[in-house]
Amino acid sequence: MSRRDCQHTSRVALAVGGTLLGWPWCAEAHLVTTGLGPVYDGIGHLLVTPEDLLPVLALALFAGLRGAGAGRRVLGVLPSAWFVGGCVGLLAHGLPVFPIPALSLLILGTLVAADLRLPLPAVSALALGLGLVHGLLNGVAMQQTGAGGLGLLGLLAALFVLVALVAAGVVSLHQQWTRIAVRVAGSWMAAMGLLMLGWFLHGGN
Amino acid sequence: MRPTRNDPGRLPWLGAMTLMLVWTSWAQAHIEHGQATGFVTGFGHPWSGFDHVLAMIAVGIWGAQLGAPALWLLPVIFPMVMAQGAFLGLIGLPLPGGEVGIALSALLLGAMVGGEVRPKLVLAALLVGALAVFHGHAHGTELPAGQNGLLYSMGFVIATGCLHGLGIALGLLHRWPTGKLALRGAGALIAAMGMLFLWKALA
Repeated sequence: MSRRDCQHTSRVALAVGGTLLGWPWCAEAHLVTTGLGPVYDGIGHLLVTPEDLLPVLALALFAGLRGAGAGRRVLGVLPSAWFVGGCVGLLAHGLPVFPIPALSLLILGTLVAADLRLPLPAVSALALGLGLVHGLLNGVAMQQTGAGGLGLLGLLAALFVLVALVAAGVVSLHQQWTRIAVRVAGSWMAAMGLLMLGWFLHGGN
Repeated sequence: MRPTRNDPGRLPWLGAMTLMLVWTSWAQAHIEHGQATGFVTGFGHPWSGFDHVLAMIAVGIWGAQLGAPALWLLPVIFPMVMAQGAFLGLIGLPLPGGEVGIALSALLLGAMVGGEVRPKLVLAALLVGALAVFHGHAHGTELPAGQNGLLYSMGFVIATGCLHGLGIALGLLHRWPTGKLALRGAGALIAAMGMLFLWKALA
């Protein structure tokens, strides 16, 4: 593929991904309660909620595949965007249902599986879109459960550590089979996203 | 021996430990209805049909026989296309001849393994992808109600990957002459079973 084709593909992928991720609808809003206070509720929420955890892992894997620069960029952009989305969500009042986690997984999983060489701004845009949308959902959930800003803070801390560990882990992979294993994981995530989407259209939860 | 900083042997352990640390949803002290049920039911579904199991193992064995990049490409294509088939089933799009397609998949993939056929990668991928649609569609139309969508999907896809992994592990026998023969025998057996499934589907 020529450089121009690659850029064109990147732009198309970015536009489609950004539009879908930035679509102002949302899925279910819920929050895990640990009994240890709002900060731990926020930390626990990210780690035990596959709807948030898997897209974040997919983005971290993708950033790791794209190199240390992309990993550092995502590490900065994703928590920031999540924070902004979360703050907006804390002020919002209910949102219509839409399978955002399914779309996030489908898009990011496909990118990981294809190991698409997106430029750094495109990776940043993906992190921005994911952070804003999922942050918004979390903000609404925290507002409803009363976890509030402290819950969001805990979640952001967990998010930062998770992305840093996963992206750095993938960046350090040099053997071919290990990178292939990451891409296989991406294909599984894309398949999960597609199944979730079908499930949603079927009328399930 | 003291492990070095870049010891590749530590990677699987680190991966397993990370997985265990993040896989804590079942350890919560509060009740979340349908969570584990969704994952367990999804994980069990691909193992529930012998025809599905044989076809997915055959994909792994065939990939191992063909070597890289088919070794990892075929087991990537199968779950992704199978998910597309399941998507079609979930939204209610009919696929005629589903049972025949599944039986044919065991027959054809078994024949590929038995004959140790080495087509071009594109052709192998197309064949595997086309057959995966039937498996996915069947699973999509059979999904039980009342499950957690994401957890069910996770279990379903991971189980499919495990079946391919099992096939790839069996395919490691291909390194030895006797193992090659054993794999070809297994392929012939899968093809024979596929013939039986086909006869039942058409009867």
